[in-house]
Amino acid sequence: MSENRDWPLYEIFIRARGGLDHKHVGSVHAADARMAIEHARDLYTRRQEGISVWVVRSVDIVASDPAESDALFEPARDKVYRHPTFYDIPKEVETL
Amino acid sequence: MNAAAGNSDAPQGDSRLRYVLRIADTSLVLAQRLGAWVGHAPAIEEDLGLANTALDLLGQARLFLSYAGELEGRGRSEDDLAFLRDEPDILNATLAEMPNGDFGDTIVRQFLVDAYQVELYERLAASTDARLAEIAAKAVKEARYHVRYSASWLVRLGDGTDESHARVQSSLDRLWPYTQEFFDADEVDRAAAADGAGPDLAELRAAWSSRVDAVLAEATLARPRDLAYRWYGKQGRHSEHLGHLLSEMQYLQRSHPGAGW
Repeated sequence: MSENRDWPLYEIFIRARGGLDHKHVGSVHAADARMAIEHARDLYTRRQEGISVWVVRSVDIVASDPAESDALFEPARDKVYRHPTFYDIPKEVETL
Repeated sequence: MNAAAGNSDAPQGDSRLRYVLRIADTSLVLAQRLGAWVGHAPAIEEDLGLANTALDLLGQARLFLSYAGELEGRGRSEDDLAFLRDEPDILNATLAEMPNGDFGDTIVRQFLVDAYQVELYERLAASTDARLAEIAAKAVKEARYHVRYSASWLVRLGDGTDESHARVQSSLDRLWPYTQEFFDADEVDRAAAADGAGPDLAELRAAWSSRVDAVLAEATLARPRDLAYRWYGKQGRHSEHLGHLLSEMQYLQRSHPGAGW
């Protein structure tokens, strides 16, 4: 108990309104998930920014290694044909 | 001598005015107390949490005070009522003016008031007084969040370490006697209940009690005994703390009457 008195960090994700994804907005310190939701509500939804909150312990997020970004992301750079921009869209199709 | 004694044969209008001022002033005074935590809370997240609650309470006070000004019919605004009334005319429940103390004291005071306001506002939302009903319907949503916040802290502290348990139990023992005033009906409360404007306080007490007992049990805290002594802040008879609070809260308008942004 006395060894680690600091609250762990939680990452906060907020859904702005129905139909949208939860987006990362920041982080808070909290003793547990319930407190993290309360802190997130108090810090990040003061101006009606959201209708739903997700909290995740920061240590539980596994991130890609920046040192590997060449290997992970470079190969996509010269493969423009993966973008669906080479199709002629018929006039009749209104919403695509 | 007794500020309230002269009101037993007051017209209904004055009784309703006093009833509304009690509700308004409890929120106003507690908001002022909580505001003093800004910059001093144990964590920046709690700073924001307490400030949010303070602002909610201030918002409630403004609505109730505006309505009180209309009931009074002397053209006084919410600001006039908040900043230019003297201590005997401020009708908050005594508990609201108790000093912040440590974080545990603040949480206990907050929980006891929050639990009261949730039950009160739920009932006022069905008031025969349309204005009271309208304001309470908005305020009850805020109060439900407040009690969620303060109850969860009370459980953490009560069911926490030996030290946090002992300290928060002692806060509870010290502050508990002030809660009896909530339910000690006088002529103003009885007139409101008779009109269907406000709840019956015996029924309100039962609802508050079961809400409080459930949280105290989870927090492993013992419910203190009720004492015979009564406080009557709601009749304008306050502890020694309110005068100091008002001197700070009202300083600007007293020194620079009419000053605005």
